Amino acid sequence: MAPRTPGADLPEHPDWLWRSPDPKSSYDVVIVGGGGHGLATAYYLAVNHGITNIAVLEGGWLAGGNMARNTTIIRSNYLWDESAGLYEHSLKLWEGLEEALDYPLLFSQRGVLNLAHSLQEVRDSVRRVEANKLNGVDAEWLDPAQVAEICPILNTSEDLRYPVLGATWQPRAGIAKHDHVAWGFARALDRMGVDLVQNCQVTGFERVGDRIVGVETTRGPIRAGKVALAAAGQTSVLADELGLRLPIQSHPLQALVSELLEPVHPTVVMSNSVHVYVSQAHKGELVLGAGIDSYNSYGQRGAFHTIEREMTAAVELFPMFARAHVLRTWAGVVDVTPDASAIMGRTPFDGLYVNCGWGTGGFKATPGVGWCYAHTIAHDEPHPLNAPFNLERFTTGALVDEHGAAGVAH
Amino acid sequence: MLLIPCPWCGPRNEIEFHYGGQAEVSYPADPPEVSDVDWAHFLFYRANPRGVFAERWSHQAGCRRWFTVRRNTVTNEIQAEDGASEAGVVPR
Repeated sequence: MAPRTPGADLPEHPDWLWRSPDPKSSYDVVIVGGGGHGLATAYYLAVNHGITNIAVLEGGWLAGGNMARNTTIIRSNYLWDESAGLYEHSLKLWEGLEEALDYPLLFSQRGVLNLAHSLQEVRDSVRRVEANKLNGVDAEWLDPAQVAEICPILNTSEDLRYPVLGATWQPRAGIAKHDHVAWGFARALDRMGVDLVQNCQVTGFERVGDRIVGVETTRGPIRAGKVALAAAGQTSVLADELGLRLPIQSHPLQALVSELLEPVHPTVVMSNSVHVYVSQAHKGELVLGAGIDSYNSYGQRGAFHTIEREMTAAVELFPMFARAHVLRTWAGVVDVTPDASAIMGRTPFDGLYVNCGWGTGGFKATPGVGWCYAHTIAHDEPHPLNAPFNLERFTTGALVDEHGAAGVAH
Repeated sequence: MLLIPCPWCGPRNEIEFHYGGQAEVSYPADPPEVSDVDWAHFLFYRANPRGVFAERWSHQAGCRRWFTVRRNTVTNEIQAEDGASEAGVVPR
């Protein structure tokens, strides 16, 4: 049952993987945002639906936003059927993605432990394990001794202020190398003739009545049969150009890495109560994250006290981390919805599609988002897996309230 | 780390405060007449500007009062609040 110790089997640094073309005057589909979601969407539009006359427009550099700023955790142990369906579909795609892209993603299924520190949390966790099993998601409930067997460096003694009372365990969960994921998609897209246009900021939309027919950009106007937003924390700014309001708030989400260490941390550990999550990257950095900073921000940085609390939790759970040095801290801008679930689907404007509101959890969904969003764009109606994640749910009340299962404070 | 100007206690470290989201969101004047769409907007939709944002903070570790701050969401600059220093008057 013990997961594999992370290896240092890093591939060679890639050579030039994609062209850097000037934008053409028109495309069948323009995707706004060249991060993981935008790239994956273009990929499945091409592979599943035969649409290759696509431009992916990126305001900065390819995959330089939240794709470069996340903690790379992949799992599908969500509580509600709607979420489990989407994230499990994504996890299954992850399991075949290296072969599909013919590119090393360092996808490592080392498992995830979600710790429980109170009796209520134990009950909630056991419930989630059973819900996962009913949805075909691998899940087990482990007692503290079993937790210690999987992650020996974790402090499972009873002396903690919030002792570990057990954990849920998803063996198929893990991590992947985020840059390689972006590069793998980008290389595949380039070979299929998709234009990946960097330093091309979208500043507005061209519309005829309620139909969107193109975008205005810092590199000139581009006409489009369909326009698909995939801009994470910046989505509100884009939607504002159309007077389209979205129920999202943009917050900083901080992460940090330690110096390089010997392989010590065999799995992914997350704790909702004391709030920290930790894994060890292939090279050896400990990668840590916690919750969002409370206030709205587009500043890509947060406050130090958030890091301080996260470190306090980490050192209590992993006493050996006390001697590790922090190498780097940073923040991404995440768009948080009131029910902690994403928004994917059509908008009140014909030809305009929205994918946003992934909050703190978008990376794990990358291939699943691409698959479902491509279907939505190609058929002008949602895939069954993303149908529940429509914008209308905030009016109808059919929310997908995932605050608990997300395992992080939104 | 924000230095937040509590109108009653003066500027204090962000860790003393609780964030309350967008300010100046008024409860519907005639609730029975509000449509589902408008209820949704009242409950779930808030402004999310890249720039100046009027927001509520509570000085939880101090005087425990709520007040409004205008903060730039890109630079974190906080604008002086008109009349907010009038102690005893709780700006709503």
